[in-house]
Amino acid sequence: MQWKSLLAAALLSAIGLAAQEVHGVTPADLERGLQLFLNNCAGCHGPDGDLVPDVNLASGKFRRAQGDNDLRGIVLRGIPGTAMPPGNYTPEQAGVLVAYLRSLASSGAPKRTGPPGDASLGKAIVETKGQCLQCHRIGRAGSIAGPDLTGIGGMRRGADLEQSLINPDAEIRPDNLTVVAVAKDGKKITGRLMNMDTYTLQILDGSSLKLRTLKKDDLREYEVLKKSPMPNFRDKLSEQEISDVVSYLVSLKERI
Amino acid sequence: MRITALLFTIALASNAQETQNWLTYSGRIDGQRYSTLTQITPANVKDLELKWVLQTRAPAEPNSKYEATSLVADGILYTVQPPNVVVALDAVTGRIFWTYAHNPSPEARPCCGRINRGLAMLGNTLFMGTIDGYLLALDARDGHLIWSTKMGRPEEGYAVTAAPLVVKDKVIVGPAGGELGISGYLAAYSAETGKEIWRFHTIPQPGEPGHDSWGGDSWRHGGGSIWTTGSYDPESNLIYWGIGNAGPDWNGDVRPGDNLYTSSFIAVDADTGKLKWHFQFTPHDEFDFDAAQIPVLADLEWKGKPRKVVMTANRNGFFYVLDRLTGEFLLGKSFAKVTWASGLDDKGRPVRTGHSTPEGSVIYPENQGATNWYNPAYSPRTGMLYVPCWMDTWSIYTSRVEPYQEGLWYSGGGATHNVPGVRPALVTRRQPDIAWAAIQALDVKTGAVKWQFRMTDVTDSGVLATATDLVFAGGREGYFYALDARSGAVLWKSMVGGAVSAGPTAYAVDGKEYISIPAGNAIFTFGLRQ
Repeated sequence: MQWKSLLAAALLSAIGLAAQEVHGVTPADLERGLQLFLNNCAGCHGPDGDLVPDVNLASGKFRRAQGDNDLRGIVLRGIPGTAMPPGNYTPEQAGVLVAYLRSLASSGAPKRTGPPGDASLGKAIVETKGQCLQCHRIGRAGSIAGPDLTGIGGMRRGADLEQSLINPDAEIRPDNLTVVAVAKDGKKITGRLMNMDTYTLQILDGSSLKLRTLKKDDLREYEVLKKSPMPNFRDKLSEQEISDVVSYLVSLKERI
Repeated sequence: MRITALLFTIALASNAQETQNWLTYSGRIDGQRYSTLTQITPANVKDLELKWVLQTRAPAEPNSKYEATSLVADGILYTVQPPNVVVALDAVTGRIFWTYAHNPSPEARPCCGRINRGLAMLGNTLFMGTIDGYLLALDARDGHLIWSTKMGRPEEGYAVTAAPLVVKDKVIVGPAGGELGISGYLAAYSAETGKEIWRFHTIPQPGEPGHDSWGGDSWRHGGGSIWTTGSYDPESNLIYWGIGNAGPDWNGDVRPGDNLYTSSFIAVDADTGKLKWHFQFTPHDEFDFDAAQIPVLADLEWKGKPRKVVMTANRNGFFYVLDRLTGEFLLGKSFAKVTWASGLDDKGRPVRTGHSTPEGSVIYPENQGATNWYNPAYSPRTGMLYVPCWMDTWSIYTSRVEPYQEGLWYSGGGATHNVPGVRPALVTRRQPDIAWAAIQALDVKTGAVKWQFRMTDVTDSGVLATATDLVFAGGREGYFYALDARSGAVLWKSMVGGAVSAGPTAYAVDGKEYISIPAGNAIFTFGLRQ
């Protein structure tokens, strides 16, 4: 019998470890949890988690779960007999997904401020007046110089997209940073920051649209911009037009 | 964009161009895996030093080996960590630019490991097969998914593990799954859209030539998988490809006949997929002797006349030279101990002496073969084909009647080996008098073994030959070697601490040559000491 006790102790200690890891969440974990949520859950629960009747994931209250272990179990195994299917997640993914759901209860899902939008009008604005495709790509159209908007509706909430349009400097995601460097010969280099270390910067060169490494020793200076190169559309589009664009972007769920 | 892609294809087709890059699985569309870079030589190879290592997140499952050949284009190296994670990194520093992770469906059931053997590339587009049966196109600049084409149902065992081959504006590949009763095919997809352009059934369907080589309904789950990369001859516009085993693997009684086109090379027109010729190495295979080897194309002087040939050291233990325009059998000779056949007749057909039986039969070579998917290399300078070989291995081949059930193993028996197919740790206590491995140099005009570099443990490593008469290869022991291509002498070696289960890549950036090899869960890249 003793070995069974030992086994149980070992299991408990493993669960404890896992729980510790999950409780130590970082903003990056929550961001990944958000992306998992938008990709896998928002289709039924909605991007704010309140679309299924009588189920508000942002409330912090769960009828079938006492704690995080129960929640992870539901995320992984679904709820038999209901429309909630099992999910194909690693334990770590299930952990950050649950951490994201918990974070909703404390902060609440942000809400859009503008009027209801029309996605088809928004599409026209993106492709013409807004000149969005000069920097962004949607599917096969546009440029790769700026962040890819293909499937953005599965990755960002409407309120976040609205903020990006009317206050682009408020939050620049780590995968959308721009670096401006000046080589020792005075040549200016601008590109998207892909990676960096003590000695080098990896960028997608904004002019050649090629991947390249810059050695810091070869640079006179470089700066990772705190401001977004994205124009503020508060002055360029009406409130209604911004809502139309947001509606269109939210509708972009397909990853291709 | 289109013009760029076209020019790129022409450059690829010529083989000799872009020697600094490694743009396709074998480095060249002729399958030779021969680099014309000349900076690293027998004189200075001892000065190779480690330039960078990329550690991966690959799981440490024994059957999830790092098998992908890296591609290199203009200083960017592209690799696939198992199962389907594409990484673009700086080929000089090893620093990552971007990562694209395909999360395979839980329905994926690749027969023999959650692995991938590499990418294909055309212009700015990368192509990857996935273990849940998709072919994906990615933008090489940022990993953006361009298109996704479903090639088969993963629930039935369809998985795509081979590196595709780009020919002109098409991506050529087929599905693996020969142990799960798939019905195989080789197909061409538009590089632009992912739309299927042609399909060649490796198991002939009713009404197609060769269908009568399958008794009864046995063709339905006959296998004929694709899990390695083919080669291309621009002059004849023919694609050459090795086809996998017949299913069920070890019970031939339920599928009477030769079972075309399993265990064969096929030559098909690149534009239409129409069969030009085929050559079956192991008719009515009962040993899992896939012909999943890289067809190596060369122009040789053959008995005083120029001849365009395709060569292969086959899993079944015989080395073959065929006329690549007609499929005519020119030469066949065993390169390891073989007991399943006493030899080949004048048409190259084996004279069978052994069978898989209900009570079990001891037959050489073992189920993993005398060689397997690990790529060989050919040097036109030495006239030798360098082949990773498993020597003196046997299996007890046992046949059983097993009904086909969707998604389940459909092998018709079993094979017990004297060397395990995969091993989680770099530990071997097996004595060399039981089984061993070698890189063997075969004289392609005679099949004679010119030299043999012996290793205690077996090898899943591919081989690279260079224009400076070097041969690079590794093994399961965790060594990575540079050998003298003319004598087999060890000129340099490095312990990389993990089994080498992929093919080496040679490339140059800013005039400096590098040799790169995945091993264990990492990539190791070497260059000359400055």
